[in-house]
Formats: sequence, structure tokens, C-alpha cells
Amino acid sequence: MIRELIPERWHVHVLLWITILIVGFPLIYAMIVSTQTNAQTLSFQMWPGDNLASNWERVMSRNLLQFMWNSTIFAVFVTIAKTILSLLAGLAFVYFRFPGKWIVFAFVLMTLLMPTEMLIIALFRLVSNLGWGDTFQAMTVPFIASATGTFLFRQHFANLPGELSEAAQIDGANPLQFLFRVLVPLSWNTIGALAVIQFVYMWNQYLWPLLIIKDERLQVVQVGLGTLRNAEGALTYGPMMLGAVVATLPPVLIFVLLQKQFMSGFAISRDK
Amino acid sequence: MTLYASMIPFFLISMVISTAFMARVFQRMRRPTIIGGGLGAMLGVIGPYTTMGPLQSCTFAPDQEPIDFWFGVLLFGIGLAVILYFAQWISRFLLAKGKDAPQLMEGQSTQGTFQTNFLIPFALLLPTIIVLLVFLYYPLIETFRLSTRLVRLGAPRSAFRCVSNFTGFLEPDGFNILTLGIFIGIIVSFVIHQVLKKRDKALLANSVGLISLILMGVFFQRILEEDFGLVMFNTFYIAFFIVAGGLILGLAVAYLAYQPVKGAMIYRTLLIWPYAISPAISGIIFFVLFDPVSGIVNHSIELMGGQGLDWFTDPWLARTTIIIASIWKTLGYNILFYIAGLQTVPKDLLEAAAIDGANAWQRFRNVTIPALSPITFFLIITNLTYAFFNIFGTIDFLTKGGPVGATSVSIYDIIQVGIRSRDLGRAAAQSMVLFVLVIIMTIIQFRTTGNKVTYGA
Repeated sequence: MIRELIPERWHVHVLLWITILIVGFPLIYAMIVSTQTNAQTLSFQMWPGDNLASNWERVMSRNLLQFMWNSTIFAVFVTIAKTILSLLAGLAFVYFRFPGKWIVFAFVLMTLLMPTEMLIIALFRLVSNLGWGDTFQAMTVPFIASATGTFLFRQHFANLPGELSEAAQIDGANPLQFLFRVLVPLSWNTIGALAVIQFVYMWNQYLWPLLIIKDERLQVVQVGLGTLRNAEGALTYGPMMLGAVVATLPPVLIFVLLQKQFMSGFAISRDK
Repeated sequence: MTLYASMIPFFLISMVISTAFMARVFQRMRRPTIIGGGLGAMLGVIGPYTTMGPLQSCTFAPDQEPIDFWFGVLLFGIGLAVILYFAQWISRFLLAKGKDAPQLMEGQSTQGTFQTNFLIPFALLLPTIIVLLVFLYYPLIETFRLSTRLVRLGAPRSAFRCVSNFTGFLEPDGFNILTLGIFIGIIVSFVIHQVLKKRDKALLANSVGLISLILMGVFFQRILEEDFGLVMFNTFYIAFFIVAGGLILGLAVAYLAYQPVKGAMIYRTLLIWPYAISPAISGIIFFVLFDPVSGIVNHSIELMGGQGLDWFTDPWLARTTIIIASIWKTLGYNILFYIAGLQTVPKDLLEAAAIDGANAWQRFRNVTIPALSPITFFLIITNLTYAFFNIFGTIDFLTKGGPVGATSVSIYDIIQVGIRSRDLGRAAAQSMVLFVLVIIMTIIQFRTTGNKVTYGA
């Protein structure tokens, strides 16, 4: 009876659980602290405290929900726009022949060498001069084109059978109908994988909003967390950790919800 | 095109070099040498102007400091080298026949293309092209323009100041006989390293290679201005340990999670999730964990009878804290891609190695790691990008660049100089340095790992 309960290769299970605990420890500890008073944290109490409600109140008084809402809007918009633009670009690269194709392709490829952060000084000046400081556009438009997404879809489309587009053309479909009726239904895994990457990327943006957003009402959660750090000149561990944990939930939730697509988008669950 | 008298000898040298170079390229392709030579002579003038033109040759003006002059000579040479590299690449592409010709886009499907007006694909690409042009390519050119100017944040006027934003990064009296000697030493030991490598003397070659790396460190320490030298050191030190530590740990955990046990998918999810954590939040959490007084880390050390460490006030420990926080944050990503990679390792190769009597470690070392090299190559690039740029959030919450600048990496310094001290020109110059470094490192990556990459069996 007991023998049946012990799984095969139990040492692998034990090692995996130890690794999971080590990897998870920082977040678990953050969760514990988020329920504690400062005194409980400072006495290194390793079980949940009784201060969750009061920490929550403090976090709410700093507009955390507003920050979270802003982050959500920005991230969702960019994710959708990026997916659409990348789908269109992938379609053009795989299903059309046109002059200068490899030049355009190199043009997109080269942007992989230009992270936004590296050009941040000029980008900041450009966006400020456009009068976009403290606007929705400033947080979204510069990020909606993606070399990564274009390559991902180009690769995916190139691996689909060529007969698909021939059949679609015989049926008289135009390229956009072909894209949305034939290609998109065959690409949900790739779309899901890209969506996870892009949502997490946008949600986690810190430097750009720190520079371009000065208006509290538009600020994103990563920057907003900074205001939880201090209260009346002293560090407040509980609210700070509670804010960090709450701000981590949406990307982790998206990740877990789209996990199946994400893993098969990267061929990770395909056991041979 | 501005031309100063002091440029003429350099142009003569550059024309001789590029005439000889292009003649040789044409000779190798069995084409008339004379055309190659003529083309080379032209490139010898055009090449230097690719860098000198935008600067209006200002470094050669009579009133320039020696350091600016010699920096200009360096740029002059870089312009020539870049154009010659492209010229030989393009002429090989255009002149080569048949299967020798390099392929630009392989695996293009020719079947099933839409036969339409050629404007349609451009219409599909237009939004992507416009956004990339306006928000990436234009800022890149603008960064270059700003880097040659004295410009303050918020001030409408700016003034041209040639390359002094760049030469400000150098130690004015750092160029002397000693640094020249070190420089020659680097080149000599590098050549010896290459020769030894060709003769398969790995151990000797590696030790000579190590010497040239150390000499390079000394060289940069001597020629770089002190603050900038520290920033560069921090950038590379922190990036190296994030990449090395992250990849080794990532592969180790991925190997464990790859084992076919019950509930493997659940284990994988529980290991990969830190991927979704932000750099800023990893900074906040590690700020609490490593706090010297109230942090659980020092408390644990003290419980075990040790002495708590000054995680934020000791320069080396502060860098270590940043490295640990960053490795934790990127671990999920590395595990994810290594698990995906392990699934592509050919099973028959592993079995063949086992039959030949290779033990588990030898199989891992000689079959699995080479088979994973495309993934490793990809992860080195993404982890480097993380360590160079995304790390900003972690540093801003964890150490704020301190103590005394010990964790101020390039991207952090760019923001300090450009936004907080309002010196946009100097910040843009530093961005350009970072850009050149990223390009050099990508090229090195492609030439070393990229060539040896094994794509499947």
C-alpha cells in the first residue's frame, strides 16, 4: 500500500520539489511579509501575520488599482496591435513576391540590434517634441511593431503546406480573407505564445513610463510600486510586498492561462 | 565634403590599402584586377567619408586637441574598414556563380504566392515599416546627431562640439608609450593564440588567450576616464555573471525537469513562472530579502553562526546582489528554452554513445551540449540584452547604482547623465558606444558560436 504511494524515480521528484521551493522562495516570502506588520517582519516571523487588511488598505490608498488598470490597458492594446501587425507582415513575406523583398526583410531584421532602451534619449526627445508626454500614444505606439513577431509568423507560415493559399486563390479569397479565415485558425498556438511574451514585456516596462509619464492618473504599476516603499519616512515592508505580489498576478495569470499555447508555440510539450 | 590639409596623408594611405584589398578580392574571383583596383581607389575616399562626412571632418580641423585628432583617425579607419567589408561581401555575392553564391533568403516558398499588384505586400508591411522608421531608425540617427552636440534636456538650442562627447570618456594623458606597448602586446598575444589554436594546442592557446584578455582589461583601465571606466567594468562584470550563471543553472534545472516523471508538466509550470516577474519587482523583493538589518538572508546567516554581510554597502556584494536577483528573474526563461532544446537532442545519438561505453557525464558533455548549441547561442544573445538593458528596473529598486557607483551599469548611467543631469549629448554618446558594443558582440557571437552551431542531426 505504502509502496504504491511512493512514485517511481522518487529521487527526481524530491530534487524537483527542492528546486521548486528554492526558486519559489522569494515570492513565497514576499507573500508572507505582505500579511505582516513591520514588527512581525523585523522579528523574522516565518508564518503569515494578521495585518493583511491594513496593508491592503494602505496599498489601495496609493491608487494601486488605477496603476494596474493603466498597465492592463497599455499591455492589452500593444499585444493586440503587435499581433495584427506581425500577422500582416508575416503574410507579406511568405505569400508574396515583390521587388526589394530581402531589403525590407533586412530592414526589419536589423531592428533586433536596436533595443528601445539604447535609443531612449533620442526617443524621449522625439516623443516629448511630438507633444505626447503623458498620453496613451506615448505608452503604446512606439512598441506596436515587432521583429520578433514578424519572424515567428514568417517561420510558422513558411512551414504550412503551400496548397493552402492555392486553394484559397481558386476559391477567390483575397489575401486578408485568406489570413483571417485560413491562417489565423491554424496559428492559435503561435499567436498565444507571442501574446504571452508581448503582454509580459509590456506589463513589465519600467524605464519608459518612468521617463514619459508624469501624471499619476496615467502611471503604470511597475513605477507606481515605488510610492509604496516609504510611508512617513520609514520603510513599510507589508504594503511594499503586497503591492509587488498583486502586481505580479496578472502576467502570471496570463502565463498560466495561455500555458498550453505558449508551450506548444515553442514545441515544449511535444514529448517524442 | 570638408577637406583639411591634415587629412591628405591619411587619404593616400587609405587609397593604397583599399586599392590593394579590392584588387586581391577581384583576383580571387578571377575578375580583372584593374577594375577591382580602380573600385578600391574610389572606396578609399568614400569609405572614410562615411564617418567623416556626418562630422564635417571636424576632428582634422587645425584647432582640435591631439586626443580628438587621433580619435578622428580611428573613426576614419573604421569608416574604411566597414565599407571594404561590405564591398568584398557584395562583390562575392554579385560575382560568384552557381552554388558558390551565398544565399540571402533560403527556403522561400515559391508555390502558393498571391499573383497581385506588387503594392499589396507593401500595404501589408506599411504599418510595421512606418513604426520602425519613426520610433527606431529615426531615433538611431538622432542619437548619433545628438552625440556630436552640446545639448541640454529642455533647452531649445544646441551647439556642435565635434567628438568631445566621446573623447570625454578617455583619459587625456592615457596615451603614452606604456599604453602603446600594452596595445602591441594584445595584438601579439592574440596572434599567438590563433596560431596555437590552429595547431590544436588548446591549453596553451587558452592561457595565451587569457593573457590577451587581461592585457585588454589593463589597456582599457588606463585609457578610459575613471568614472566611465567603472561604468564599463560594471556593465561587463554584471553581464558576464548573469549570462554564465543563468545559463548553467538554467540548463541544470532544465535537465532535471526534462526527466520523464509523473506530473512533469506541473513541475515545469512551477519552475518557469518567474519568467512573468518584472525586473522592477525582482528588485523590490530582493531589496527586502537582502536588507543587511531586516533581511531574511542575513538573519539566516546569523542563525547558522555566521556574520551578516553588507549586501548594499560593499561594492562587490552589491554587484553580487544584482546578479542574483537578475539570474532569479531570467531563470524561468532559460529553463523554458532549454527544456524545448532538450526535446530536440537526437535519442539515437545518445543511445549510440551509451553503447560505445560513454558514461552519463560524457554523453551530456559530448552529445547533449553540442546539440543544444543553437539554443545556447540564442539564450546568450537574449540574456545579454537583458543584462545590458532590462536590468534598469532591478538596479533602480535594489541599489540605485550605489555604493559609490559600483552597480551603475551603462544603461543606468545613461539615464543619470541624460535625464537627471540633463546632459543629452554625453548620454547619446554613451548610447552610441553601447550600440557599437552590441554590434561587435553580435558579430563575435556569429563568428564563434554561430559557425559551430549544430542544426539537428
